[in-house]
Amino acid sequence: MSTSAPARPFEPDFAAAAKDAVLSGVIALGIFGPLVGLRTTQNMSNQLIVESHWGLVAIIVGIVAVGRFVLRAFVFPRMAMWKAQPKVESTAEPSFLRRNIKTIGLVFLLFYPVIIVSMLGYQQSIKWVDNFGIQILIYVMLGWGLNIVVGLAGLLDLGYVAFYAVGAYSYALLATHFGLSFWILLPLAGILAAMWGIILGFPVLRLRGDYLAIVTLAFGEIIRLVLINWRELTNGSAGISSIPKVDLFGWITFNVADPNYVGKVFGLANSSAYYKIFLYYLILALALLTAFVTIRLRRMPIGRAWEALREDEVACRSLGINTTNTKLTAFAIGAMFGGFAGSFFAARQGFVSPESFVFLESAVIVAIVVLGGMGSMIGVAIAAVAMIGGTEILRELSFLKVVFGSDFNPDLFRMLIFGLAMVTIMVWKPRGFVGQREPTAFLTERKAVSGSLVQEGHG
Amino acid sequence: MELFLQQFINGVTLGSIYGLIAIGYTMVFGIIGMVNFSHGDVFMVSSFIALIFFLVLTTWLGVASVALALLIVMVISMVLTGLMSWTIERVAYRPLRGSFRLAPLISAIGMSIVLSNFIQVAQGPRNKPVPPMVTESIALWERNGFTVSVSYKQLIIIAVTAVLLACFWFLVQKTSLGRAQRACEQDRKMAALLGINVDRTISLTFVMGAALAAVAGTLFLMYYGVVNFSDGFVPGVKAFTAAVLGGIGSLPGAVLGGLLIGLIETFWSGYFSIDYKDVAAFSILAIVLIFMPQGILGRPEVEKV
Repeated sequence: MSTSAPARPFEPDFAAAAKDAVLSGVIALGIFGPLVGLRTTQNMSNQLIVESHWGLVAIIVGIVAVGRFVLRAFVFPRMAMWKAQPKVESTAEPSFLRRNIKTIGLVFLLFYPVIIVSMLGYQQSIKWVDNFGIQILIYVMLGWGLNIVVGLAGLLDLGYVAFYAVGAYSYALLATHFGLSFWILLPLAGILAAMWGIILGFPVLRLRGDYLAIVTLAFGEIIRLVLINWRELTNGSAGISSIPKVDLFGWITFNVADPNYVGKVFGLANSSAYYKIFLYYLILALALLTAFVTIRLRRMPIGRAWEALREDEVACRSLGINTTNTKLTAFAIGAMFGGFAGSFFAARQGFVSPESFVFLESAVIVAIVVLGGMGSMIGVAIAAVAMIGGTEILRELSFLKVVFGSDFNPDLFRMLIFGLAMVTIMVWKPRGFVGQREPTAFLTERKAVSGSLVQEGHG
Repeated sequence: MELFLQQFINGVTLGSIYGLIAIGYTMVFGIIGMVNFSHGDVFMVSSFIALIFFLVLTTWLGVASVALALLIVMVISMVLTGLMSWTIERVAYRPLRGSFRLAPLISAIGMSIVLSNFIQVAQGPRNKPVPPMVTESIALWERNGFTVSVSYKQLIIIAVTAVLLACFWFLVQKTSLGRAQRACEQDRKMAALLGINVDRTISLTFVMGAALAAVAGTLFLMYYGVVNFSDGFVPGVKAFTAAVLGGIGSLPGAVLGGLLIGLIETFWSGYFSIDYKDVAAFSILAIVLIFMPQGILGRPEVEKV
């Protein structure tokens, strides 16, 4: 399968494309033939039997072969031509939308629940505020928190979910055992998570590159396994349930039985939508706090030290920057925001179990940071909306049952499509969605630079 | 003493499986410096391929001899898993070669998610138990009512691993393909200048790693008699630990590391608590990386400005 461009780019090379298509069809048959065509199921007497689904295999092989043919005959020559053309630097002023994307996004986020409620009413709004709004914002916040470690300091952390778990369990345990308020436990959870960030960060500082990634992964798994096995404290895999709800500093609560229940205070009908809307604004505030702190820190010496560390660690050390402290603060501050998000998560769910803190979650958060373009805050937000919102939307695709039959379950395909999207986006844009970075230090004018000029760090 | 011996036999068996998977990690890391995150899931898929063909052979085609069925299944699984790994490398990793360091890692994590979810969709989320294939065992030693025994399954695993490693060692040390591989490992650009087809060598490295993982997958299915779509991650991480422990990039190191991890795991479950055996494996990974990043048989990494 040579990828050399044909001599005349306008004329598709059908012979080569046909050969390619046949070859990829054969390969697809080899891979999907047994795995899709022969499905193992249990029969009535609980024995494994094999049943065949050759029709499905034929469809998949057909799609692969035709897809490969189209790619080879039409798409690749076009792309080669497009690449061969000299790039024209666009001098035009960026469009209104592009210039004001942050303001527009912020205003939209502020009014999002209002829009949804006015369109669908309280009861119908719950799903959209909770599954989309809150869920996406949690990942935006986690992405921004991890962005400090991965995007700014250039330390690849594959165990970020551990700090999320520390935050969630801190709130869950302290609130259920001691009845402390969310507003006391939120900073406490952040501090505890930051402490764990330092404890875990300290031994791994000597490591670089993939080794650091693997050790952080190991730490993440250790914390999860301890949560599963330390049954006396954490109740093991069963998790901790009936975690108290958040209230508004004790003035207004969201339990129907309380005298100052929100419905009684404002004379509204009972609905669980108020709590969801409150939680939405809470996580929005927390996420914006993360963004604000990150933006401010980037202009402070410590933030500049992080970015310098990412660009060149050896140069950094020779300039007298204490790399140990720099890395530790990045770990601790990133972990702190993970802890905040974790305690919010526990309050929102009312239930935590080790199931929520598997490696996949860390992978999703890292993927959001890298897919967004490491270090770009707006990119991280876009990636979170695309990846989390996209997979949440897949839950809503029940109309596909009409097409694929009633036993079709779009939920099953969520993570499959998520993984495919990760691979596709990386192959298509290895530098992530947002390819530009705004420098914090500049000589005369602030000029966005291409993301490919930014180093990815060694740690 | 009896417990020690028994756990030693169990540990060597488990370690052989880890060692076979670890070779895939260590070879890929050696040649392109990438942690092939999806390798654990490739192992899991190979186990499924073995399961499917074992069922086809025994129930549809009526092959009565378990040994023959296992042999055929192993070969088919090696071929198909190799093909799959070749495709994955071609589609998800090759376009990213020379790109920045995190891109192939993220792509590999994505691929790992794809593989496990693909199996979940295609084969269903439930455990897949197969009837025990080999049940006989030999009692080695009996004292105070405690029998130290080695089952035929364990003997098969250890023998197959030893034979394969010998073949594999020959392939890497004595053939032109192995020479090309070692050359690419040392200096890819120079190897290309000397007329080695680097892309092809890398592809073949992936195929060889996957074929060994397929052997491990078949043996895993035979040993435990059950496989699940989520079975790739933990053996994958442990095999990676083995590769790191032995010194990543070193083939004897991968096998040694695999045996050590298998022994540590079984002794830990035998003498301490079975609940924390994975914690032990992960802690060893962290400790080894922190205090001995070059591993037992690896070369120390020199930092250059």
